[in-house]
Amino acid sequence: MGEEPSIWEYFTRNWSTGQPGSIDTLLGDHIVMSLLPIVAALAFAIPIGLACVRWRLLYQPTAGLVNIIYALPSLALFGVFLAVTGLSQATVIIPLTFYAVAVLVPAVVDGLRSVPEHVRQSAVAMGFTPLRRLTRVELPLAAPVVLAGLRVAAVSSISLVSVGALVGMGGLGYLFIRAWQIDYFAPAIVGIVGIVLLALIVDGILVVSQRLLTPWVRARRSG
Amino acid sequence: MGAGEEERVNWLIEFFGDPANWSGPDGIPLRLLEHLLFSVAALALAALVAIPLGLWIGHTGRGSLFIVVAANLARALPTLGLVVLIVMLLGTASVWPVLIPLVALAVPAILVNTFEGIRGVDPELRDAAYGMGLSGRQVLGRVLVPVALPLILLGLRLAAIQIVATAAVAAYTGLGGLGRYIIDGLAIRDYPTVLGGSVLIVLFALAAQFLFVMAERVAVSPGVSRRVKVR
Amino acid sequence: MITFDGVTKRYADGTVAVDDLHLEAPTGEITVFVGPSGCGKTTSLRMINRMIDATHGTISLDGVDVRTIDPPTLRRGIGYVIQQAGLFPHRTIVDNIATVPHLLGWSRKKARAHALELLDRVGLAPELAGRYPFQLSGGQQQRVGVARALAADPPVLLMDEPFSAVDPVVRTSLQDELLRLQAELNKTIVFVTHDIDEAIKLGDRVAVLRVGGRLAQVAAPAALLSAPADEFVAEFLGRDRGIRRLSFVSDASLRLRPDLTVPASSPVSEAAGRAASAQSPWLAVVDAGDRPLGWVNPAELPRDGTLEGVRLLPYGTFVHGRDSLRTALDAALLSPSGCAIAVAEDGGAVVGVATRESLDEALALAASDVGNGDPANG
Repeated sequence: MGEEPSIWEYFTRNWSTGQPGSIDTLLGDHIVMSLLPIVAALAFAIPIGLACVRWRLLYQPTAGLVNIIYALPSLALFGVFLAVTGLSQATVIIPLTFYAVAVLVPAVVDGLRSVPEHVRQSAVAMGFTPLRRLTRVELPLAAPVVLAGLRVAAVSSISLVSVGALVGMGGLGYLFIRAWQIDYFAPAIVGIVGIVLLALIVDGILVVSQRLLTPWVRARRSG
Repeated sequence: MGAGEEERVNWLIEFFGDPANWSGPDGIPLRLLEHLLFSVAALALAALVAIPLGLWIGHTGRGSLFIVVAANLARALPTLGLVVLIVMLLGTASVWPVLIPLVALAVPAILVNTFEGIRGVDPELRDAAYGMGLSGRQVLGRVLVPVALPLILLGLRLAAIQIVATAAVAAYTGLGGLGRYIIDGLAIRDYPTVLGGSVLIVLFALAAQFLFVMAERVAVSPGVSRRVKVR
Repeated sequence: MITFDGVTKRYADGTVAVDDLHLEAPTGEITVFVGPSGCGKTTSLRMINRMIDATHGTISLDGVDVRTIDPPTLRRGIGYVIQQAGLFPHRTIVDNIATVPHLLGWSRKKARAHALELLDRVGLAPELAGRYPFQLSGGQQQRVGVARALAADPPVLLMDEPFSAVDPVVRTSLQDELLRLQAELNKTIVFVTHDIDEAIKLGDRVAVLRVGGRLAQVAAPAALLSAPADEFVAEFLGRDRGIRRLSFVSDASLRLRPDLTVPASSPVSEAAGRAASAQSPWLAVVDAGDRPLGWVNPAELPRDGTLEGVRLLPYGTFVHGRDSLRTALDAALLSPSGCAIAVAEDGGAVVGVATRESLDEALALAASDVGNGDPANG
């Protein structure tokens, strides 16, 4: 195996090599496989959350289902989906979408419930139609709580993708397999640092967008 | 590869119907037991570290920042990477190295929820307890812990979920347990075994979840859970 | 007796919560600390059971400096009631009440039996014993809070805005209940409130504190109303001080006329004769048991038949020997006759009538007392 390369050496030597295992390619795959589920989950979670708030009876069974999904180990779920979708990114993306939905539905419900009743009532009294009330009043006011859920979902998703490496689809997680196979520390450390950095950057973007989207939250805190 | 529905059902029948899968060191009963033992050991160790620490930080309010950092870091750390790195560092001679990432990844969930549970207790309640002459230790043990119990148990449940999942991943570095079926099956492209092992882990996780929900019903005072029949 | 001797509380950031407080809370009386928020009333209360320790000065309980007693021991001997009752949500009502007896090592059986007794004493049904706090209304929870504070029969009771979180109707009944209990138990009670009306209703002595933790005045409620020490106290007491002060003047000075009643069975002509001889246009009509029915002006009635079936005019009553001059005045203002009907405490039979002239005399007498310290305290 020769002399073990330093971490930086390993990183530069394997960045943009044009090979399938090139770190930039892995990073691209990682971003797609971790963030696509978040976007998809948001699209599912908002209507489901709205329905749970609108029809209270729905909430208990939904919460139960969400709890069950959350409890399913990722590797097992990848294993099950491997049998359905085969060796494709969908094998990782679909289960991660489930997890993200499981995190986001409670966040959407909590967010909508955090809208004060008097604000809702005055929106009704001012003549907002239900749709306008939803898009102009309720969703914006629910946004801070939903964004907090989104941060949790995004960071978990980024870290969970790497488990997909065990079923052949893991983005930067592939580096852990590589480290184990060639018995070098460098790829494992590059993988961990890369994934944590990616998580930090995405989290940072979400924090900044929360400030931009909901300036009143910050204003209230400082005032 | 992808497979028809019928074929997948056949895979399950093939895996669970094979008598060879029900005995020996590779058999389901032993793998199940292994998974159970690792999980219980890791959860016990994690609880031993995280509950006292969470109680202390929640009760005294010292070191709250540490909690926030620990929680966020634990979520971002890739489990597979941590397992691989630690086992590479400490070797595969015993199972102890694998227990380290299992415990490390489980501690934050218990720590955060125990801390939040204690800190979330109504200050009036704390005030009343001290005002009636309970000592600091009595306030913690007789008032704060029973009232925070739902969150402490939630922390344990989330930690258990994390441990069951990580134990499966850790099979990659040679740990026994149900994860073996997935790892070994993938190595030789034996998809019935991969699917069978996955289903077993899912069932195992659901059983653990169920157990915790039941424990919550038994252990939490009806006055706190507000689940009570009016007489 | 609780004694504050030059007590000061200064926080680390320099804020002074309580400034050189000298005060006594006499044994067996209710002493109320009242003042705007930031006046240090709660801090003062919490220094008694060492929830907060004073920076300077001493607080003593019957001559013993509280700082010489370790906090848990001290607190077990002092009942403590707070705003939201602070009941333990995970324990049943009976176990909540038995908390301190339990800490003091009473047997479980004795503690529970005593708790059930207290439940009854604070006016709660025994069925509530096995319930959890969340199943009780706010007022009920507050009663349990009082029962819990009384459980080990402490001589001293500290109450920190105990009734401020319940609605006005419940608050009034809790206040009445406290006064009734206190008449039986004679505890030394320190009561904190921001509501001056509550202070005046409950306090044997009222200590008014101003922002910055300085004592502005301490006096019996009536003296406070008639002679506020300064502008701040007068303003804090609010409007209608004169009228409110009448609550503390007994009805003993009211001259009652026994000759202004007439049975409902009397003929109108007889009533007219009686009114003429009494030189009053108004007569109070009473039933066979002498209980009041209403007022008539016989001069305005047709002269045939009896008073039965005649439309009677509204009336107001006060209980002779128990109610204050304020209640009597109020009763008079509720009737077109301008007179108040005095009734007996038992049975409600009419004792006599306070006319406008007699009310006028009594009010003049009460007014002459202002500035001479405490008015006649019935």
